[in-house]
Amino acid sequence: MGHFFAIRLGRAALTIVLVVTFAFVVLRLSGDPALMILGPEAPPEVLAAFRKAWSLDDPIWAQYFDYFGAIAKGELGRSMRDGRPAIELVLERIPATLALTLPAFFFKVALGIPAGIYAALHRGSGIDRAVMMTAVAGFTVPSFVLALVLVLVFAVQLGWLPSGGQESWRHAILPIATLGLGGAAVLARFTRSAMLEVLGQPYIRTASAKGVSWRQVVTSHALPNAAIPTVTILGFMVGTLIAGAVVVESVFAWPGVGRLLVVAVANRDLAVVQCILLLVAMTMVTSNLVVDFLYGFLDPRLRAKGAHA
Amino acid sequence: MAPLVSIRNLRVTFNGVQVLRGVDVSLQKGEALGLVGESGSGKSVTWLAALGLLPRHAKVSGSVLLDDREILGAPAADLDHVRGGRVAMIFQDPASALNPVLTIRRQLCEALALHRDLSGDAVKAEARRLLDLVGIPDAGRRLSAYPHEFSGGQVQRIMIAMALAGNPDLLVADEPTTALDATIQAQILELLSSVRREMGMAMVLISHDLGVVAENCDRVAVMYAGRIVEEAPSNQLFADPVHPYAQGLIGALPPLDGARRRLTAIPGTVPDPARMPEGCAFAPRCTLASEACGLVAPSLAPIAHDRNVACIRAEASRRALLGIAAE
Repeated sequence: MGHFFAIRLGRAALTIVLVVTFAFVVLRLSGDPALMILGPEAPPEVLAAFRKAWSLDDPIWAQYFDYFGAIAKGELGRSMRDGRPAIELVLERIPATLALTLPAFFFKVALGIPAGIYAALHRGSGIDRAVMMTAVAGFTVPSFVLALVLVLVFAVQLGWLPSGGQESWRHAILPIATLGLGGAAVLARFTRSAMLEVLGQPYIRTASAKGVSWRQVVTSHALPNAAIPTVTILGFMVGTLIAGAVVVESVFAWPGVGRLLVVAVANRDLAVVQCILLLVAMTMVTSNLVVDFLYGFLDPRLRAKGAHA
Repeated sequence: MAPLVSIRNLRVTFNGVQVLRGVDVSLQKGEALGLVGESGSGKSVTWLAALGLLPRHAKVSGSVLLDDREILGAPAADLDHVRGGRVAMIFQDPASALNPVLTIRRQLCEALALHRDLSGDAVKAEARRLLDLVGIPDAGRRLSAYPHEFSGGQVQRIMIAMALAGNPDLLVADEPTTALDATIQAQILELLSSVRREMGMAMVLISHDLGVVAENCDRVAVMYAGRIVEEAPSNQLFADPVHPYAQGLIGALPPLDGARRRLTAIPGTVPDPARMPEGCAFAPRCTLASEACGLVAPSLAPIAHDRNVACIRAEASRRALLGIAAE
């Protein structure tokens, strides 16, 4: 078991390094931060001084090693715009983002999983078809379209809710609904197919053949098996809690991490973008590790494999 | 004596395609009945339908009496009592027949809790006793193992233990040894017949292996295309099959003693259930078929004590067989 997790941890660390490297290279190849921040009219000597101050004239590999050296010391750099530590800028935005993504996550789980289970148990019924049509619509419609439709209906037409900003809890409802509906649709489809797969397995028939009531067959034989694939998608959703709301935050002018990322990318504010991506990679990787651990907990076959790996 | 189970005119339709076309079969207490036939002839479907284990889209009609009580279409609560408690069933593929995420103890004790008045330690003791009975060594410790930690043969033993948990009057064994190695097959069959003797239980052995059925069953029913075409005591059926299909099946078996002879294959293939021929379903493959065979499907009729055949030429083909034997 220990060995199993040592391998997983090693892979996780490698993933983070790769993500950060990729971001580092792409950002430096895709535009000059000096021009972006100071503007094209800035005098050449100002631009040169700026580049020198942020070591932008150094060879890229030198910058890269400096960057990793700093990370090793716990320094994530400073924003080129206002000189504040990038980590501070990011951390102060996280509560706002979590205020959207956490309720949206619970909304997805509370709506998507029961809907998927119900649809699977009543396969082919009118309700199954309705749930699946809604689900397909829910995840084919991009979130910015859904967001705009919700704004149009509830903010513009009905005037019940504000269309943007962060002044009160009422401002959070539409962004949460946008995030939650799309995620619930994905989860409903996924849960349904996991459940159908499991219900077709011979051991379900065995349980019925020994006289277990259908309700018990579903709760104690089917659900624990269907949970295994469902946990994968849940893990992915947990991984997007920090930066999964980029589009929605932009549409609703919600000052979260996603907005900060958009602004920072537009300005080539390198340290801030890298800091956010590092954080995103770390949450993704952590949630994947948790999922791996849960697999072992849910599926004794994997537990055995892990022990021998 | 009233039969333990009596199935009458059992019909099953999947999406408009009739796969069981009126099955009649009955079983006495303690009797071992073999059910043979090619894949798709409806052997398993007959018993899954009788126990209400088919998917919901299957349409089932007819009658299944258990001790003179109708169980076809009975309320779910009554059926849950019958399944596992009166009639237990084991299946072909032991590897997928047990729930992979639950321990053997959970799955065995579940059956015990449902059908026996046991509680607490008595349940665990009984679970251990059952594992001992079916020959799982070190039963006490193995109870907390998961299905993947056992071999195929051992899982089938555990399935049998689970089936015995409710002290059933009938065990339906659906191809119980098909997925197992030849040496394990013999052990499992031996186990089945010994527990049957000990518990005085009736058994239905579904198999496409005539040899297995001949050795383990008192009586055999031969199925073809969703119907029973011949039913007879085992020794009589193997010595003297009457239905041309049964003759074909037995003709395809290599003789164990006597002179070597060329094995005969049945020409053609089983008809598609969606395009069943008019009249007798076997007629297109039957060397003895006449025009009359294509008109009406023959019904299962007695030709002697304890023997039933569904063939309009039962008498004629019997004579033809005797003619062949005399040569």
